[in-house]
Amino acid sequence: MSDDVILKVRDLYRTYDIKGGLFRKPTTLTAVKGVNLDVARGSTLAVVGESGCGKSTLARMLTMIDAQTSGTIEIDGLPIDISRTGISREMRQKVQIVFQNPYGSLNPRQKIGHVLEEPLLLNTDTPSAERRDLALEMLQKVGLQPEHYGRYPHMFSGGQRQRIAIARAIMMKPKLLVLDEPVSALDLSVQAQILNLLADLQEEMGLTYVFISHDLSVVRYIADKVMVMYFGEVVEYGTREEVFETPQHAYTRTLFAATPKADVDSIRKRLATKAA
Amino acid sequence: MPLLEIRNLKVEFDTARGSFKALDGVDYTVDAGEVLAIVGESGSGKSVAMLAAMGLLPGTATITADKMDFEGLDLRTLSARERRKVIGKDISMIFQEPIASLNPCFTIGFQLGETLKAHTQLKGRQIKERVIELMTSVGIPDPASRYNAFPHQMSGGQCQRVMIAMAIACSPKLLIADEPTTALDVTIQKQILDLLVTLQQDSGMGLIMITHDMGVVAETADRVIVQYQGRKMEEADVLSLFENPQNPYTRALLSALPENATGDRLPTVSDFAEAGGF
Repeated sequence: MSDDVILKVRDLYRTYDIKGGLFRKPTTLTAVKGVNLDVARGSTLAVVGESGCGKSTLARMLTMIDAQTSGTIEIDGLPIDISRTGISREMRQKVQIVFQNPYGSLNPRQKIGHVLEEPLLLNTDTPSAERRDLALEMLQKVGLQPEHYGRYPHMFSGGQRQRIAIARAIMMKPKLLVLDEPVSALDLSVQAQILNLLADLQEEMGLTYVFISHDLSVVRYIADKVMVMYFGEVVEYGTREEVFETPQHAYTRTLFAATPKADVDSIRKRLATKAA
Repeated sequence: MPLLEIRNLKVEFDTARGSFKALDGVDYTVDAGEVLAIVGESGSGKSVAMLAAMGLLPGTATITADKMDFEGLDLRTLSARERRKVIGKDISMIFQEPIASLNPCFTIGFQLGETLKAHTQLKGRQIKERVIELMTSVGIPDPASRYNAFPHQMSGGQCQRVMIAMAIACSPKLLIADEPTTALDVTIQKQILDLLVTLQQDSGMGLIMITHDMGVVAETADRVIVQYQGRKMEEADVLSLFENPQNPYTRALLSALPENATGDRLPTVSDFAEAGGF
C-alpha cells in the first residue's frame, strides 16, 4: 500500500503578506510551515486543529485555489504548482473539494441539475444530453431523487444540500476529494447519514479523502491516518491508533482532554465530583 | 416551588402556507441550582420554547400555555414594561453567535455597563468598577485595558466571555444558554463550559443549556429533556438518560454518536423511525 501514494506533499509553505498601515510595518504571516505528508490511494487522512492553525489553507493549496509559496505537491503523479503552470483540465479532474457550509457553497439561483452539470460543462466536452443523464445518475447515487433535478437550493435541507455539494465534487470522478469540515454544520443524525454516504462512495469509487475537521469523535470514526496541526506546523502525524492511543505532543493531549466525553463512566465521575 | 414552571406550552407561527406548529404541548420546570439541558435537532423547537418564555418571539407567533410562572410571577400577563424589569436582570440569555450578538460600534466596557445602568442604581465610576470586576470573573485577561476594546478586536471565545459577563451582571436567578459553544473550537468550548458550570455552582442560579451536542449534555447537565419536532420525547436525569434511554428517538440519537459506532456504518435516526419507534 505504501508504494501506491496518491498525494505526496513535501516541505509545503504558504505565507501571506500583511500590508502595513500608517503606524504598522508590513509583515508576513506564515500560515503553513513545512508540511510533509503521503496519502495512500483509497485511504482517509484526517487533518485536525483549531481555527487559525492553517488546515483550511492546506486544503486550498491541495485543491488549487491558492498557490503554495514553496514546496511541492504531487497528486497522482502530477506535480501541482499553479503559480508557475496554471491549471489544466487534467489537474481539475484529479482533485475536488466539499466545503463546510452547504448554505453558502451553492448558488441560490442555479437549479440543482445545472449545479451538477457545470463541472462537466467547464472541464469536458460531454454533450448536453449525456451531461443530463450523468447528473440524474449522480442524484440517485448520493441518495436524492431524479425529480430534484429542476429544484433550487433553498428547497433542500442542510443535509440534502451537503449531498448536492458532494455530488458536484464527484461529478468529475476525481481521485482525491478534500472535505473541509463537511459535517460540522449538520445535526447529529444527519451527520451520521453523510458519514455513511462518504464511506459508501469511498468504497464504490475508490476515492481518497483528505478530511478536515475539529471534531475528534468524527475523526476517530472515519480516519486511517491523522495529522494534528498547531499554528501552521504538523505536531502529530501517524495512524489513527498511534495518535489516539499514544499522543506524543502536548497540544494533542490538550485537544483530547477538551473533547466532551459522552460515556456513562465520565458522567458518573463528573456527578461524583460535583456532589463532593 | 420551581424557579421556572411552564405547563403545556404551544407555539404556532403564521406562515404564507398556513400555521406551523413549532411546539406542541411541552412542559418545562427548572429549580434553582439545577442545570437542565434541552437537546434536539434543528426544528425541534428547543430554542423557541425559551424565546417564548423570554417574550422574544416575533408577532407572527401565537403562544399559549396553561402555566408560565417564574418565581410565582405569571409571564403570560406581563406588560412589556414589566417584562423588561425581569428580563436581563432575573432571567438572562446567552446566544450562539457571540460576535453577532455584540454591537460592533461600541466598546465592550460600554455594552457591559448598559445592563447595569438599566437594572441597578450604580453610577459612573461604580459601573466601570463593577464591569472590570465582571470581566475578571469570566476570565478575560487584562480587563482594565480590554474595557475599551471593540468586539472585532477580540476572539470568538473572548466575545462569548463578554456575553456571559453581560448575562450574569445582575446576578440572575436563571440563565438560559442557547448553543453557547457551537461556534467555538473544542479547546475554547471546554473553557466556556467549565466557566458556565463554575458560575452556576458558585451563585446557585438555575441554568438551561440548549444544545444539539450530546457531549455538551454529558459534560454539564443534571437533568435532560429530549425534543423532536416540537414534542418532548423523553425527560430524565443525565445518568439514566445515557445509561438506559427509554425513548426510541433518544436511543437513535445516542447511537448516531460516532464514538458509539459499532461496525462499519453509523445507525441514523431514520433507521430507527423505519423500525417504527416514533
